[in-house]
Amino acid sequence: MSMSEPLLSVNGLKVHYPVPKTGWFQPASVVHAVDGVSFSVKRGSTFGVVGESGSGKTTVALAVTRLAPVTGGSMTLDGENLGGAEGEELRTLRRKVQIMFQDPYSSLNPRKRVGAIVREPMDLMNVGAPEEREEAVAELFEKVGLRAEQTALFPHQFSGGQRQRVGIARALASRPDLVICDEPVSALDVAIQAQILNLLGRLQDDFGLTYLFISHDLGVVQHICDEIAVMYLGQFVEQADRAQFFQRPLHPYTWALISAVPSADLNHADRGRRVNLEGDPPSPIDLPSGCRFAGRCPFAEERCRSQVPEFRYFGNGHRAACHLIDENGVPPQEKL
Amino acid sequence: MNVARTAPLLEVDNLQVEFSTRRGIARVLDGISLSLTAGETLGIVGESGCGKSMTALSIMGLVPQPPGRIAGGEIRLGGEELLGATELRMRQIRGNEISMIFQEPMTSLNPVYTVGDQIAETVVEHEGLSKREAMNRATEMLRAVKIPAAEQRVREYPHQLSGGMRQRVMIAMALACRPQVLIADEPTTALDVTVQAQVFDLLKDLQEVSKTTIILITHDMGAIAEMADHVAVMYAGRIIETGSVEEILKDPRHPYTKGLISCVPHLVREPPADRPVLLEIPGVVPPLTDLGRGCAFELRCAMRQARCRTEKPKSRETTPDHLCACWVVEEKASV
Repeated sequence: MSMSEPLLSVNGLKVHYPVPKTGWFQPASVVHAVDGVSFSVKRGSTFGVVGESGSGKTTVALAVTRLAPVTGGSMTLDGENLGGAEGEELRTLRRKVQIMFQDPYSSLNPRKRVGAIVREPMDLMNVGAPEEREEAVAELFEKVGLRAEQTALFPHQFSGGQRQRVGIARALASRPDLVICDEPVSALDVAIQAQILNLLGRLQDDFGLTYLFISHDLGVVQHICDEIAVMYLGQFVEQADRAQFFQRPLHPYTWALISAVPSADLNHADRGRRVNLEGDPPSPIDLPSGCRFAGRCPFAEERCRSQVPEFRYFGNGHRAACHLIDENGVPPQEKL
Repeated sequence: MNVARTAPLLEVDNLQVEFSTRRGIARVLDGISLSLTAGETLGIVGESGCGKSMTALSIMGLVPQPPGRIAGGEIRLGGEELLGATELRMRQIRGNEISMIFQEPMTSLNPVYTVGDQIAETVVEHEGLSKREAMNRATEMLRAVKIPAAEQRVREYPHQLSGGMRQRVMIAMALACRPQVLIADEPTTALDVTVQAQVFDLLKDLQEVSKTTIILITHDMGAIAEMADHVAVMYAGRIIETGSVEEILKDPRHPYTKGLISCVPHLVREPPADRPVLLEIPGVVPPLTDLGRGCAFELRCAMRQARCRTEKPKSRETTPDHLCACWVVEEKASV
């Protein structure tokens, strides 16, 4: 790993949403969507956040773009205070952080021509000279694999994959440093996914982009991410670089998650050795005391239910939050 | 395996379905033939719009007519012809002998009835049980699909259940009358992997007990490897390759099947240090109103020849029980 400074640092990020009271005498409750998350993303790298629905991964993405209310913690982008910026300061920082969304059907305005959609961020954030912007839009279209003359069309005239390309061009229009990809391929057909993933890889090399990549698909994450964090109920339970993450997952949840992915390889050595988790994740409103995964964990002991596990380091930047990983870094699943 | 020797339970023979659209006639199914024996699982794969769900709806007798039209072919269940059956007879068959699980457990359940009512309705309709007996059956079914506290859940509404539980309710409903054939249309697409694993295990357990024939529609080759005995790969309304799951996954012949398998980043234990470029299938599925004379995949195919543009490839046997419709792939005889 290089010595370069991280582009994005997130420290103790919390996003809590108040829930409307159900009755006069009911206590006010809170959804702990993101509950103390810290990580940093190196310039030019891809940081992946995986987790099941409701784990809070999209809320992390929205908080980094300042589209979700930040309840606690701090964020810095390129040394500047992203978490506390307001008004004009925030607008300037937003130029450097852009997001591409999951659903290419609902994230483009159907009444605007796609050229205007891609140009809008340039006009709003004063990127480049106004007379050069049309040229810049055409160039972006070529870059994402569309044709310059297609700028005059409307979103409905494109296929899903092409619309996602328009979304990518729009995200790149303000020449950002950090691009948040929130499930960018999960709404697309399998054959189209490969086209978009390859495009994202090419654009990263061409523009030196840094990606924060949110996904529930471990195959896609393994393909594109340099570093990966697993999220469960608003917190990170494991974080490691790609090689360590897949070779030796430490947290029992990561281990179960990886083993639950059906493999198309019939010769796969681990075939049929799947760990099944029972039940669903608990509600982010009434959080269990102790480890949040304890209720579904096949190894849970008494202390797991009462004590909150620390997010510990196990060498080479590999971190996990589990009581049952011993001091030599041997996880419980290896003691079976 | 001598599965092939036993008489087929469900047979689809040269099924043709057309839809009239503003742009002309779209042939959404063009000569589909399938044969399934009892207790077998057939996986149907392909991109959206290739006819997977339409095949399922045709078997269920649920093709909206108009604008749809069954232009030809036969569907037989245990020897009985379904395409000419009366609507009354189809109502007896649907939910009783053939039932279906839909992709979206959120939208396929009725939000204003309890899940127990919805399961019981099928049983009352088909088996003439009393309301009370039917509710007992519903509770039993919820227990069979491993929903905890079934006695309590049976009185709850869909919004009170999680996505995984709703999909189990769908499965319970589909299996309440012990159907011979279960069609599962992308049953786990909306679910998380850990819940998907639970649903797959559940389907396998239930199949073992009741010898149900399953048609699994999916775009995920991993799900196919996990569940299916046989696979049919569809493209633009046709089956372009079919064979046993081993044959298709280990030795795919059709360029489209090969593409479908290798364009997905598969999870491996030892990932490579640098990011490999994924194989792409260029372009998109052509509009079904505008299929030329030749192979529908021709424009996206890296191996196309002159003949592919002018003549539709016929399904030919490459190895026993492995059929492939591609001019470029050699026949068994010529190997």
